[in-house]
Amino acid sequence: MVNAAEYEDRPWLDPEAEPFIKVQSVSKQFGDFTAVDSVDLEIYKGELFCLLGGSGCGKSTLLRMLAGFETPSSGSILIDGVNMNDVPPYERPVNMMFQSYALFPHMSVEKNVGYGLRRDGVAVSEIEQRVQEMLAMVELSQFAKRKPHQLSGGQKQRVALARALVKQPKVLLLDEPLGALDKRLREQTQYELMNIQEQLGVTFVVVTHDQEEAMTLSTRIAVMDTGRFQQIGTPTEIYEFPNSRLVANFIGNANMFEGRVVENGQDHVIVESRHPECNFYVDHGMSIAEGSKVWVALRPEKVMISKQQTADGNTNTVKGMVHDIGYLGGTSTYRVKVGDEHLVEITSPNQLRPKDGNPPIDWDEEVYLSWEPSSSVVLVK
Amino acid sequence: MNNGKRSIFLLSTLSFGLAFLYVPMIMLIIYSFNKSKIVAIWGGFSTKWYAVLFDSPEVWEAVALSFKIATVNACFATLLGTLAGLALVRFGRFKGRTLFSGMISAPLVMPEVITGLSLLLLFITLKEFIGWPDERGFTTITIAHITFSMAYVAVIIQSRLAGMVQDLEEAAQDLGAKPLRVLIDITLPLLAPGMVAGWLLAFTLSLDDLIIASFVTGPEAVTLPILIYSRIRLGLRPDINALATIIILVVAIGVLIAGYIMLRQQRQRELDLSMVAEEK
Ligand SMILES: Nc1ncnc2c1ncn2[C@@H]1O[C@H](COP(=O)(O)OP(=O)(O)O)[C@@H](O)[C@H]1O
Ligand SMILES: [Mg+2]
Repeated sequence: MVNAAEYEDRPWLDPEAEPFIKVQSVSKQFGDFTAVDSVDLEIYKGELFCLLGGSGCGKSTLLRMLAGFETPSSGSILIDGVNMNDVPPYERPVNMMFQSYALFPHMSVEKNVGYGLRRDGVAVSEIEQRVQEMLAMVELSQFAKRKPHQLSGGQKQRVALARALVKQPKVLLLDEPLGALDKRLREQTQYELMNIQEQLGVTFVVVTHDQEEAMTLSTRIAVMDTGRFQQIGTPTEIYEFPNSRLVANFIGNANMFEGRVVENGQDHVIVESRHPECNFYVDHGMSIAEGSKVWVALRPEKVMISKQQTADGNTNTVKGMVHDIGYLGGTSTYRVKVGDEHLVEITSPNQLRPKDGNPPIDWDEEVYLSWEPSSSVVLVK
Repeated sequence: MNNGKRSIFLLSTLSFGLAFLYVPMIMLIIYSFNKSKIVAIWGGFSTKWYAVLFDSPEVWEAVALSFKIATVNACFATLLGTLAGLALVRFGRFKGRTLFSGMISAPLVMPEVITGLSLLLLFITLKEFIGWPDERGFTTITIAHITFSMAYVAVIIQSRLAGMVQDLEEAAQDLGAKPLRVLIDITLPLLAPGMVAGWLLAFTLSLDDLIIASFVTGPEAVTLPILIYSRIRLGLRPDINALATIIILVVAIGVLIAGYIMLRQQRQRELDLSMVAEEK
């Protein structure tokens, strides 16, 4: 308890904290197809947890099992310590925001938002007041009397959010909440969603296939692939320390080098790569036999590009030739040919104005690429 | 130049098509006001055939019977067809689903003669074994009509249900509505337009049916189409023209009302859309 404050924003690190949602080796089969394959998950109170994965990987199915629309083929789901396996959707302490928003087309905005309270038999005057409060929060007060088809996409999304939150659920499940919005609106709404979550302290479980969205929103992310979790961690952990090639490639871009461990020291490993020919000095030790086949992942923005060789014995350096330059304004992306065919991608901020219209680094120029020993990650799968 | 040619071509095609559709009906209406008893010869304007029609109790009985059958049929067909449509959508994917939904739409393409004949056989067999129906007429015609018009209703309901309704029902459950509540609050209101359309369709199908009805009817029950057909067989008669004119009038009014309602809905929708667009 002494450490309560220390763990406030990171309850998953607190050994004494009790998870709010426990998913215990849950599987879901449709016929002989396994959509969710014995997953375990613990989500803590107040988290904004993202299930991230490509289309068809089983995210929605898992979310629907939390909501009660699908029953697990095996395993169990506990919410606030209660086993949910036999609890129907209308008795669960969770609410869901649907990907299609699922607004009732024959009810006005305020009737939609108040529907859940009416089902709970809340007094009419209280319903009115809570609906007004909710609509004020999502800035839709003046649209209370409208029907859903008289609203724009962004407004519908906010009605759906208000309707799911008005019952003050312990957990809010959101299936691709921003999927139907255009890019600008989506970015703006991300922050609104985070503010609302913080304001109300409700635990959010968000399904998304958009990795940037997941990185921006979440306290923690579970990366899902073909019905299993590949990795669960904070956005930083997942980006900086992916545990597999799949995760490294799914979240952001990564240069991937295949190689062999040639030296395994106390605090470092050296990986020898053949294509292109170079040695990677990586400063995290790991328990792996010398000679094993591994991959080294290197993020494009962690590589420095320059025309002169830096004289630092510790850093990794290779020589290459600029093959392609993509100028993006704030940054440039270089693709540098190292060895005969291997292309390495580098993103680098454009800090200096080009002099006389000439870029600091030009096509077909010889350059040196270098990176810190701490910048790359060794992956075994 | 090219444009002018095409529009002349289009115009003549259009007028030919329309003439093809409407000239027979117009002739029928004109001849219903023919004074002469001989149908094809114009003997001056008169409304006497309408008077003859209104004086004939046979015609009124047939009209009453047809409307009674059509109404009962439409109600039952809507109920059963809605349930069938719901079941088909609700069960989701199961083995033999395609076969099953194909089977439900088979009556739509089955020749009426076959439907009529098989139903007649069924009624005769039933009478043989359980003594019911002891007499063919209102009940048997209504049952026969329900069997084929419920298929139409089921297809309409199915197409309305497909897609969004499942999400909406789940959303209602998620907000705390028990299954019966979901049915009352969400499913039925959303299905209402489909059910109304299905009811109207079943009603007209029944009112219009001659073939199936003549198979399963008895000597007592004469529906409007059966009456018209039996009289025509004895030769064309101007009072039948008058009856047909009245039917055309009733149908035309119905179509106009439906068209007006649809037009208003469309206007409203366009208004709503422009409102949304302005706010963006
Ligand atoms: N009711 C169902 N019946 C059969 N297969 C289903 C059903 N629901 C989902 N699936 C399958 O399960 C897989 C995962 O679906 P889903 O969880 O919706 O994926 P996503 O990660 O895109 O949300 C998909 O291949 C889908 O076809
Ligand atoms: Mg999905």
